[in-house]
Amino acid sequence: MVDFGYTAHYDRQIDFDRNDKRVLEHLKQHEPSVLTCIACGGCTATCTAGHFTGFNIRLVQTLLRRGEIEPVKQEIGKCMLCGKCQLVCPRGVHMRNMILAIQTAITKLK
Amino acid sequence: MKKTVLVIGGGIAGMTAAARLADLGISTVILEKEGEAGGHLRQWDRLFPTRRPGRDVLDYLSQDLNGKADIRLGAMIEEIRKETGEFILTLQSGETLRGDAILFATGFELFDARKKEEYGYGIYDNVITSAELEAVFQSGRPLMTDQGFPPKRVGFVHCVGSRDEKVGNLYCSKVCCVTGVKQAIEIREMYPDAEVFGFYMDLRMFDRFFEELYFEAQQKWDIKFLRGRMSECAENQDHTILLKLEDTLTSRPLKMTVDLLVLLVGFVSSAETLRLATMLGVGIGEDRFLVPEDMHIRAHTTKVPGVFLAGAVKGPSCIPNVIADAAAAAMRIHQYLVHS
Repeated sequence: MVDFGYTAHYDRQIDFDRNDKRVLEHLKQHEPSVLTCIACGGCTATCTAGHFTGFNIRLVQTLLRRGEIEPVKQEIGKCMLCGKCQLVCPRGVHMRNMILAIQTAITKLK
Repeated sequence: MKKTVLVIGGGIAGMTAAARLADLGISTVILEKEGEAGGHLRQWDRLFPTRRPGRDVLDYLSQDLNGKADIRLGAMIEEIRKETGEFILTLQSGETLRGDAILFATGFELFDARKKEEYGYGIYDNVITSAELEAVFQSGRPLMTDQGFPPKRVGFVHCVGSRDEKVGNLYCSKVCCVTGVKQAIEIREMYPDAEVFGFYMDLRMFDRFFEELYFEAQQKWDIKFLRGRMSECAENQDHTILLKLEDTLTSRPLKMTVDLLVLLVGFVSSAETLRLATMLGVGIGEDRFLVPEDMHIRAHTTKVPGVFLAGAVKGPSCIPNVIADAAAAAMRIHQYLVHS
């Protein structure tokens, strides 16, 4: 087949109305401190995993709030649970419990 | 001889300044264009950050002023002239008033949301302003969509008419952020099952207890804040509103539907303020608010001797700051009258 160089692009737009909020609902019940996140990025700046991989816990958590589950599933396992993020968080988000709660919710969904 | 100050505007600044001037033995005439004193405060149901009734503050100001000033309601000014240290003010009714000083306490007007046509105010049924939402709260009626249903999802658009070169307003209106947070909480109080979103560029919680209110909005009320300037809105067939913006925290375009969209409208200077300022030769800033002699150390005097400024006529401000500013203006006027 002749390759014309065309490819199909998936829609980058977040469709908030249709997205899956089940992981978010689980997280809000089990670690409600996440609600107070102000997306400052302190967690990501200090993240050990983030220094060696593209792991960005601030972004993962934000995508989760938008109901974008696929990238969360792919990324969340990169965390090593060292807990440095929890030490720097200015809003007192319990980061390690947040990550464990996300993992539990994703496992349940499978 | 007892000196007289002509106070233009009977809102928070005018009422406070007149009360303090009276305490200093100076007589005042307040010229209020509306049929009642109190200015924009009359349209506030509850105040940020404490959610106390606006009526509390209005009652205090009225009692503080009670009998101390000559208040002219429905007073429309025709002309103000300065003649040898005296101001001669003519009302449209033909009456002439004389004063030794003028205080501009003319405040502000709200930005006309129709100018941001892409948000659909005045075009779509379910786009309202923050002032209209406050009026619903004040009425005690439940908030409904234009079709008569309780809204399940409400969005607040921050910075409408503020920080926006496209409407000629580069400045921040300061109080819309916290107003949006307060009103979002009030919607959740009214409808515990409703989802409430705030679309912001920055959240400027500049004053005491504002940040705490924002924290409460997130923690207790689960108000969802999305960072990104609202790009456009469209009305669906069922009269809900489709929103489009960039979710800048994920660097992705985002769309969502809301039942009701609230536009947090900012402050603008009024045409009448500009007309009177021009007549007297008072400086007007690029933001169209009036300019004091020196913004740090002479914030109440102007380049025209005998003409003073108090409150939001100098730019967006909130109640405690306006009350403090108006009291300070009264001291400056007293100083001027004693030495002139």
